[in-house]
Amino acid sequence: MSTSRDAHVEEILTTARTLRSQLGTDFHEQLVEAVYATAARITDRAVIKPGEKARLTLDRTIDRLVTSRLWGFPIMFLLFAVMFWLTISGANVPSAMIAWLLIDTIYPLLREGAAAIGLPWWLWGLVIDGMYLGTAWVLSVMLPPMAIFFPMFTLLEDFGYLPRVAFNLDWLFKKAGAHGKQAMTTMMGFGCNAAGVIATRIIDSPRERMIAILTNNFALCNGRWPTQILIATLFIGSLVPAYFAGLASAMAVVGVASLGVVLTFVLAWALSRTVLRGQVSTFSLELPPYRPPRILQTLYTSVIDRTLLVLWRAVVWALPAGALIWLTANIHIGGPSIAEHLIALLNPVGFFVGLNGVILLAYILAIPANEIVIPTVLMLTVLATGATGVGEGAGVMFELDDTKALIELLRSGGWTLLTGINLMLFSLIHNPCSTTIYTIYKETGSAKWTAVASLMPVALGFAVTFLVAVVWRAVAG
Amino acid sequence: MTTPIMGAPAAGCAACPIHNVANLLKLGVTMDNWNFVVALAGNPNTGKSTVFNALTGLRQHTGNWPGKTVTRAEGGFEYRGHRYKLVDLPGTYSLLAASPDEEAARDFILFGRPDVTLVVVDATRIERNLNLVLQVLEITDRVVVCLNLMDEARRHGLEVDDRTLARELGVPVIPASARYRQGLDEILGAVSDVATGRFVCKPRRIQNEPPELKRAVAELTARIEEAFPGLPNSRWVALRLLDGDEHIIQAMRQGDLGELGTAGPTEPASTGVVTGEGGR
Repeated sequence: MSTSRDAHVEEILTTARTLRSQLGTDFHEQLVEAVYATAARITDRAVIKPGEKARLTLDRTIDRLVTSRLWGFPIMFLLFAVMFWLTISGANVPSAMIAWLLIDTIYPLLREGAAAIGLPWWLWGLVIDGMYLGTAWVLSVMLPPMAIFFPMFTLLEDFGYLPRVAFNLDWLFKKAGAHGKQAMTTMMGFGCNAAGVIATRIIDSPRERMIAILTNNFALCNGRWPTQILIATLFIGSLVPAYFAGLASAMAVVGVASLGVVLTFVLAWALSRTVLRGQVSTFSLELPPYRPPRILQTLYTSVIDRTLLVLWRAVVWALPAGALIWLTANIHIGGPSIAEHLIALLNPVGFFVGLNGVILLAYILAIPANEIVIPTVLMLTVLATGATGVGEGAGVMFELDDTKALIELLRSGGWTLLTGINLMLFSLIHNPCSTTIYTIYKETGSAKWTAVASLMPVALGFAVTFLVAVVWRAVAG
Repeated sequence: MTTPIMGAPAAGCAACPIHNVANLLKLGVTMDNWNFVVALAGNPNTGKSTVFNALTGLRQHTGNWPGKTVTRAEGGFEYRGHRYKLVDLPGTYSLLAASPDEEAARDFILFGRPDVTLVVVDATRIERNLNLVLQVLEITDRVVVCLNLMDEARRHGLEVDDRTLARELGVPVIPASARYRQGLDEILGAVSDVATGRFVCKPRRIQNEPPELKRAVAELTARIEEAFPGLPNSRWVALRLLDGDEHIIQAMRQGDLGELGTAGPTEPASTGVVTGEGGR
């Protein structure tokens, strides 16, 4: 009895497999659509909704627009462009204020105070020039954009737009073998990769969640936008006539960010066909009615949950990084400082990939926070070129406001257009910051996957910059 | 798509209501001292918990589904001389995807074979809620729909015709406002009618499938019925197999599904009274 039933079962399963292959891949969607159509027909017969009509039509009109094949993507790009523009330009003022307070006002006071009570130079150098200043940089560069970006993001979520974005992007992620909800976590990553990694909790399937974690780094985070914007302004903007400069550099930055999105899809595709093979899970996405966002509550929760949490982790990492940067610039071994030794050591590698030793060292020292890459690059360039009259002294991070002085300084450090372009590429494709690495470890609980998430982007970054350098040198001679 | 005409449950049903004790035990539900088991399903935010609390009062306790981190509440009530155990399923929008919540809800309705599944529906969002109702109706005939939040629907100027809805769905539909304890008696009456077999549901199946899908489902359903005569939800099993549902494939291989049909070798003959042709 039981064996004959087993044979029956296998026969049924074979029939099911054959029929399934004939039906094609959109079976699940067809089924869901059939359910929805039946539900809609019954509702039409049983429900009269005079009061709801007006609101429903408005909702449907918005939905038809923002999820349309033609307008869905342009509207999405436009909305996010506006959001990024508001973040970048809106962050300048509070950033400058925090920098004025922490760096221009408190910092000299601390130095004077330290001198007055007669602390040894190495102690105040380490604590004030190193740890305090490093943390002050991270705070002033990171806090304002996060405090602007996360609430806006949460407001869009509250309004009901984000589920529509997931709806628009679902088929792309599905094609890449990833989960449709990764659209959300990728967008969170544009704010902060650590927050994006935490957000992958919304993905139920462990396989697809891992893909989302591993590729989140390619969403260009807030901390990297300043690098992109500065380098684009200096090297791309200067290529075109002055009235095009702003547009050209903006396009370059958007281009790099879009490349990150393309890389996300390519890597998700590659991962889901190699180490993370498996079925794409389907999910029902509820498109909730549009609601006026609860602004105050949103501000409160996004500041408490997202901004402060991420900021705290960044500060924890910036303190030791500031100390390390100061130490490498001020401990001398046989004449030159450790930093100068390392730059000399890294220079050949840097040349190989169209960068230089200063940039590579800055990226190693600035693993804790992408925000301090540019200040560190400038500090190290001054150290390496022996330029005088700029900055505050050895091992002290600074930024220059004057574009002309800045590009002169970099040119004297041997920078070319290739260096600029490759720095922009490397800034997109390199290891996540230590805050994100730590978060990945906490979320996955696996040292192996954390290592993959950290090393895979570096390897890819070197490959890309190397290729660009080879092609560039072959073409430009 | 026509569906097989459901036979009436045998008259003895009221006397032997606990037909499925072994499977219920596997799902963590003990049936000592209870006559019927009722599953409570529904979308999130439909007032499902309010209904649960209103029906069970303080006689409830919470725990987890076996092997899952999904919480479950259980309670009970007495009505017209029968004792009913009420099991609160996780709130879900569908039973098609593979989230742990949906799996727990689906497994209970499929393998636990509750005597009645009470689906709580938000009267202000009927269309979305019906998606779940229709999916539940694919698995079990014995359904009562509680049209909750009627007060809110009226406030929004919505007119819901529960009789049309009941006719369309083929199961009892009871308007209620659990928050104000309105409609509870009617719910209890309908649950009792379905549980004791006094009311026989003739549920509506999902329609509108593309023709090639319909053909595939019909072919596979016929095969399944041949192998497992009396399986109450062969059409639904066919749909799941076509979707490549590993869980159901496994249940089929291990014989869990076969047990649900009257011809299943391990099941005593007296248990075929619940639904479907096995009852005839």
